[in-house]
Amino acid sequence: MKSKKRNKTFVLIISILLGILFLSPFYIILSNSFKTQKGIFLNVMSLPFGDFFTSNNYIEAFRELDFIHSFLNSLFITVSSTIIIVIFASMAAWMLVRTKTRFSSFLFFVFAAAMLIPFQSVMLPLVNIMGKLGLLNPVGLVFMYLGFGSSLSIILYHGFIKNIPKELEEAAVIDGCNKFQVFWYIIFPLLKPITVTVSILNTMWIWNDFLLPQLVINKPEWHTIPLKMFYFFGQHSKQWHLALAGLVIAMIPIIIFYFIAQKHIIKGVTQGSIK
Amino acid sequence: MKNSKFWFSFFVGPILFAFIVVVIIPMFMGIYYSFTDWNGIGNTANWIGLKNYIDVFKDKDFLSAFIFTAKFAVVSVITINLMGFGLALLVTRGLKISNFLRSAFFMPNLIGGLILGFVWQFIFTKAFDSLGRLSGLGFLEGWLADPTTGFWGLVILMSWQMAGYMMVIYIASLESIPESLIEAAEIDGANAWERLIHITIPLVAPAFTVGLFLTLSNSFKLYDQNLSLTGGGPYNSTQMLAMNIYNTAFKFDDFGLAQGKAVIFLITVAAISLTQIYYSKKREVEM
Repeated sequence: MKSKKRNKTFVLIISILLGILFLSPFYIILSNSFKTQKGIFLNVMSLPFGDFFTSNNYIEAFRELDFIHSFLNSLFITVSSTIIIVIFASMAAWMLVRTKTRFSSFLFFVFAAAMLIPFQSVMLPLVNIMGKLGLLNPVGLVFMYLGFGSSLSIILYHGFIKNIPKELEEAAVIDGCNKFQVFWYIIFPLLKPITVTVSILNTMWIWNDFLLPQLVINKPEWHTIPLKMFYFFGQHSKQWHLALAGLVIAMIPIIIFYFIAQKHIIKGVTQGSIK
Repeated sequence: MKNSKFWFSFFVGPILFAFIVVVIIPMFMGIYYSFTDWNGIGNTANWIGLKNYIDVFKDKDFLSAFIFTAKFAVVSVITINLMGFGLALLVTRGLKISNFLRSAFFMPNLIGGLILGFVWQFIFTKAFDSLGRLSGLGFLEGWLADPTTGFWGLVILMSWQMAGYMMVIYIASLESIPESLIEAAEIDGANAWERLIHITIPLVAPAFTVGLFLTLSNSFKLYDQNLSLTGGGPYNSTQMLAMNIYNTAFKFDDFGLAQGKAVIFLITVAAISLTQIYYSKKREVEM
């Protein structure tokens, strides 16, 4: 019994040390983001005190990142993409589950198999096509996220819908509902748990995505946060004090999102991995 | 019957349309372009047969990117999954601070790879230098300046980022193991190590299948972190496949060759993922 207790203390100490080690990069970035350029040069490990302390980095980085603007761009693209993925993926998955034909199982197989296609193998022709259609802009980007988000989202909805009994729908049909009404009034509300998962996985992916916006968005006023960060960093690669403040600002929204939706995020990741 | 066809297209049509336009058509066009001298603008693509594929194998940068990526994938798959599994074992021990630790370990995942790469660029170049000077440990200085430390820098970054994600997957699996099984083994006299090897690990095998698949395909497709941490430098020595394809197209304007590389990339990633799933599935046991 005593050795069990000692064992537990040992595990606790290891855990705390690992926790500190894992979070230390955040601490280093945060503490140095409050230092002057000279302060960073002299000692990275010290706390930002005395002459080395400054909060000007943040003011300047905030302005140069045009943060509110790029935040709103990211928000618009992420929210609208996630909403249309949720709507169209749930609709398609329901129909694919309820239609027992060879064609529908073939379609489901193709959606699932597309998970294996790396983005790099389709990106060059994709940009070419989108350019010809005049869709190298935020609207086109949302459309592309619908296409690339379809596989995982349909698989997740498909797995969930399979376990919903059909009787409910049949009763609604007898009452005179058409398929559209059956889906929106009966089925869609039942899908809420998996809708939360699908929304979270897509939000995390789209919010952080860099390569697709880099290929698609050519006007600075449409830049998302990762894109803006990339160019900002390029301009200030020798000025760590500004770059660090910019990095912290760029991380804040998603960290706030994490604290609000933590439980759902962890659950979403778990469900998303069990396909 | 006609009615049901209408509803089928109504429900499946919109997402299928987007999927075909952004995935299926580009994939087939990409395969076609890989046999041409396409310059990226579109209408001037002449059929040149296998020339791009022959050139790919003569391209030293591509071959070194391929080897670098393969090495990176092997090492990081091992470190990420070992760390993820270890962390999962640690936080399922019923400690009071478990919940806080789960959040801490998971946190790096939320932030995009590009930003994390910049974060670690600072840690490796500035914080490591500073620590090295303070402690006299010479090996801490000059990170990312040569291929070896660049390689390990990427491994550390990816392990830090993805271990928490794998941890979440392994936690779910560990928590589904019936406690009675563990207790029975304990009564039979199995020590902690034996219980881990003979009970826990076989029962979480399905989670390993998923974990290996995710880490393997992510490592092969890595781009953002590579770009922001080392930018492929010094002298392209840490350039990975995805970045090599991007640069071939947009820096050297050789879209046909880039597309040839992309097709080889597609086949490689698909083949490795399918093989891994096949072998992992075979090893899973029924409970």
